[in-house]
Amino acid sequence: MSSVAHVPSVPRLDHHGRVTQARVGRSEWTKLRSVRSTRYSLAAAVLFTIGLAALACAVVAHHYPNMSPRDQADFHPLEVTLVGVQLAQLAIGILGILVITGEYSTGMIRASMTAVPRRLPVLWGKALVYGLVTAALMIPAVLVAFFVGQAILSRHNIDAAFTDPGVARAVFGAALYLTVVGLFGLGLGAIVRNTAGGIATFVAIMFVLPPLMNVLPTSWNDAASPYLPLAAGEAIMAVTSGNHLSPWVGLLLFFGYAAATLVVAAVLLVRRDT
Amino acid sequence: MIEAQNLTKDYGDKRAVDGLTFQVKPGMVTGFLGPNGSGKSTTMRLILGLDRPSAGTVTVNGKLYRDHQAPLHEVGALLEARSVHTGRSAYNHLLALAQTHGIPKRRIGELIELVGLQDVAKKRAGTFSLGMSQRLGIATALLGDPHTLTLDEPVNGLDPEGIHWIRNLLKGLAAEGRTVFVSSHLMSEMALTADHLIVIGRGRLIADLSVDEFVRKASKNIVRVRSPQAAELRDLVVGPDVSVETVEPGVLEVDGLSAEQIGDAAAEHGFAIHELTLQQASLEQAFMDLTREDVEFRTGEATSERDEVVA
Repeated sequence: MSSVAHVPSVPRLDHHGRVTQARVGRSEWTKLRSVRSTRYSLAAAVLFTIGLAALACAVVAHHYPNMSPRDQADFHPLEVTLVGVQLAQLAIGILGILVITGEYSTGMIRASMTAVPRRLPVLWGKALVYGLVTAALMIPAVLVAFFVGQAILSRHNIDAAFTDPGVARAVFGAALYLTVVGLFGLGLGAIVRNTAGGIATFVAIMFVLPPLMNVLPTSWNDAASPYLPLAAGEAIMAVTSGNHLSPWVGLLLFFGYAAATLVVAAVLLVRRDT
Repeated sequence: MIEAQNLTKDYGDKRAVDGLTFQVKPGMVTGFLGPNGSGKSTTMRLILGLDRPSAGTVTVNGKLYRDHQAPLHEVGALLEARSVHTGRSAYNHLLALAQTHGIPKRRIGELIELVGLQDVAKKRAGTFSLGMSQRLGIATALLGDPHTLTLDEPVNGLDPEGIHWIRNLLKGLAAEGRTVFVSSHLMSEMALTADHLIVIGRGRLIADLSVDEFVRKASKNIVRVRSPQAAELRDLVVGPDVSVETVEPGVLEVDGLSAEQIGDAAAEHGFAIHELTLQQASLEQAFMDLTREDVEFRTGEATSERDEVVA
């Protein structure tokens, strides 16, 4: 560090600008791209989406001739190209939590809130920027996963075409689903304000709650389960009929959960002390 | 200008700030002094809208902090604890905050140079020493070239050179007509930096006065006299308003007369004087006297306090 012994004089600033949502959005983009956890989590999400799809397709393609006719009938070429999404959603959800809880754990939130004392533009900025970044990254990732996977499957003529009914919807839907997972994580993180607590809440709602539903009487379980966040969201990727909502209704409901979480977070953000 | 009006903050049952009313005026450095846990940081957080008052108000430049359209141009804040994402570089930290107000990038370079962080600006802030973090905090506070600065314990963790640098910086900012509000738990530091003092203890206002006034009140005007004829001198000066104590053979401490009066009296009678000094009570001592009643967590008091709560 250089030493400054003389009387320091602060250079004047001729600029005078007010806080706007667009400026806060730009600031949030800087925040998002300038920490390592973003790069690691997003790289993991892309890698899982493409790598697992390729791996699963290669394994299935290899075993297909030896599979029982029943297993062959159960097999769907689209499902196997979207298996990576299952892991990618963990990376995307957890990064969504970190985007806000990282500010609380380091104290950055105080600097953020003194710069933007109305507070809400920070939350909206984070949601917008993180949503756009996730979508921009995951749309190409799921497309690559699909075409790489189908190229591998096509050697056994068991591939699906992008133009087959429901396929394009499911592939793009997978990217949209991941985007909503990210927003859901962000909302939960903003409510809980603590990384460990945020991750625990996220995992509990997404992955622990669904199997717990089995303790309910079957008719209740069947009636309620499709409306849980995970099941509702995954309906957009469904290619076979089953106990799930119609694809767009399901995704919309999942988006509704994420939006509701963000609204609760917004109310708390304005009310609570920082 | 910062104006607090009956400012009060409760955390659960505990009253952290209790009916504070004060003004922090532009053009001078105002020291905000109090023992640890006296409510200084809470008051700072209330000023910046981070916490909401339970009662009363505090405004900065005539408005509630959160009503400012461009708060970084109004108030620059150095917050108590580190308020930087540890994984982000100093440069990107400043950039992200600057962007909320559309402050141009060149400003960031200017400030990094001003606080002397140019060699580490691209390093992650988590690797910074406390002194470097404080310098980054100062750069953050100055980002918007604000009219008012609120700095919570800015000299914490700085080396003597850094402390000297901050002192000059604050005086310079005040000389430019800005409002400078600096908290500290060290009276000696404030005596060198501040023009005015606001002293609190247990969330309550104890004193609101100029540093000169504080120093005048603090000094008890005891004069230390060393003389071979100490005993004779003692008999000469002692009187109804003058008390004299023999601290060691040949050394007196006189309370009630100025050094000049004692020296003149001694000269008149031909007494030799080997030492004649005004003993000012240390400012730290005066500060402790002032806040003694209000120090929290004083040993031996915890039990009685708990009893009070139960009763």
